[in-house]
Amino acid sequence: MVIERPWKRWVYFYIPLTLFIIGTLFPFYWMLITAIRPDAELYRSWRAVNNTPFWTLHPTLEHFRDLFEKTTFPYWLWNTFFIAVVSTGISLFCGLLAGYALARLKFPMAGTLGTSIFVTYLVPPTLLFIPLADIIRNLQLGNTPWALILTYPTFLIPFCTWLLMGYFKTIPKELEECARIDGATRFGAMTRIIFPIAVPGILSAGIFAFTLSWNEFIYALVFLSSPERKTVPVGVVSEMIRGDIYFWGQLMAGALLGSIPVALVYSFFVEYYVTGLTGSVKG
Amino acid sequence: MKKPIAGGTNGAVVVALPHPRTRHSRGLTRFLESERLLAALLLTPTVLLLGMFIAYPFVSGVWLSLSDTSVGNPGHFVGLHNFVKAWDDSIFREAFGNTVFYTFWATIFKLVLGMWLALLLNRSFRGKRLVRASMLLPFIIPTVLSTFAWRWMFDPTFSVLNWLLYRTGFIVTKIPFLSDGVYGMWCAIVVNTWRGMPFFAITLLAGLQTINPDLHEAASLDGANGWKRFWHVTWPLLKPVTLVVVVFSIIQTFSDFQLIYVLTGGGPANSTHLLATYAYQIGVATGLLGEGAAISLFMLPVLFIVVWVQLRYLRRLEA
Repeated sequence: MVIERPWKRWVYFYIPLTLFIIGTLFPFYWMLITAIRPDAELYRSWRAVNNTPFWTLHPTLEHFRDLFEKTTFPYWLWNTFFIAVVSTGISLFCGLLAGYALARLKFPMAGTLGTSIFVTYLVPPTLLFIPLADIIRNLQLGNTPWALILTYPTFLIPFCTWLLMGYFKTIPKELEECARIDGATRFGAMTRIIFPIAVPGILSAGIFAFTLSWNEFIYALVFLSSPERKTVPVGVVSEMIRGDIYFWGQLMAGALLGSIPVALVYSFFVEYYVTGLTGSVKG
Repeated sequence: MKKPIAGGTNGAVVVALPHPRTRHSRGLTRFLESERLLAALLLTPTVLLLGMFIAYPFVSGVWLSLSDTSVGNPGHFVGLHNFVKAWDDSIFREAFGNTVFYTFWATIFKLVLGMWLALLLNRSFRGKRLVRASMLLPFIIPTVLSTFAWRWMFDPTFSVLNWLLYRTGFIVTKIPFLSDGVYGMWCAIVVNTWRGMPFFAITLLAGLQTINPDLHEAASLDGANGWKRFWHVTWPLLKPVTLVVVVFSIIQTFSDFQLIYVLTGGGPANSTHLLATYAYQIGVATGLLGEGAAISLFMLPVLFIVVWVQLRYLRRLEA
């Protein structure tokens, strides 16, 4: 590598990186500090002399208590989790089969189908939420978890298919051919040879899909109406602001707790997530 | 039916022997041996779901946009009335302009900062894995929740940023972060950049890691400085992945909803609406489904161009 003087390393590396770290993480720190700060300190004038905005000497859990006693937050957590898991499962199932078919099988229209699945991948939910709301109403699915479980796969399946298709293409064809010579059926070769090898790819797609559905907002906002049916993002937005008043302590406590599950999943599977992320844009 | 083996380590051993159960379902087996039939079977769930919840809503959205449907009123065909009406609406025009402005600046910031961060993360230093993992947090945490943290940081009365700027002597009066349309738009761009920059950084980092270090070695032996090495070695090799990331980011930013919905709600006085938030306000909050659908369809031409560029590019890569 190129040799560098220490001061250059500071100017070109340590200082910018530190600024990036502070900028990236400060809002999360602020979330945490707000969540454990008593109201008396939260709403203190910004010019007050005794203002110590970056820490608190009186940490409290009252906001978390309020969150569980005054709102249906536990329901939101469970709903979000349930919907994310089921829609991820459906999408993985569909993406696995479709990805295999597109990567390995020869059939008419294969190219067209591949392209159209890729195009649906690029269709943003905000383009379709109004007609979808109408369709969901007509199917009598409004205000049920199924409204989301059935619609989340629309943005998850194309992604899973795309990622897994790429993964299948990296597996040598000879593996399957050997199995077929040994008497395995085509279907058997797929499920017993290829799918097990693709487990890392499946895991990447699954983790990524899970975080995407945990993050989804507009469908959940439009399709759900009763407070106990909502997901965390929608519940926090619509149930925790009464009138024009923001209960910031409670809001930040909810934001923190609503982020922890997805952050945990992420921290256990960082490498898989990164593979999914970089794979999601690979041509 | 047979289930996939979960572990996968002994998969090869199992298949090396003819499987007894396969003999029982001869008809099905032969059916699945045909590549076409198997492909049709494997693609059915995907095609059904995507057809039902993407293709059908799309067609239905186009129909809605050509009708005066509202909640509880089936509506009649009105031609392009909704599109003309939207175009004559000053709020719509402002929302359209905002969307372009927001997408343009946020994408540029994300690209520049993301590239910078990727170059920093591409060096070796202690704690690299931890830093890289934590840099992705803004992208992982649900946007709505982190945007609330930003909204609180931009609070008109209790903003910590105002406090910081005041104490360090940069300002004497508060900055009206979200209570002014122009500031509000820039705040949204900042938050969007904060959220999307890690996506750029990590995907560009993956691209950087595929570049052979010998190239840099050779360039520096030839006397190229850091900037020249970036411009003549790194950038040309990174261009393909950059284009793809930019396309994805443009689509997501152009169709953004949640960030504005939480940060400003389109206010003050409708000055920070994007197409998606305005479509929501008209289509869902007001209940004018036809007009709302027309407004969101205005996104289509831009998305179409972007997707077209992307597909053309992919084709060229394959060729």
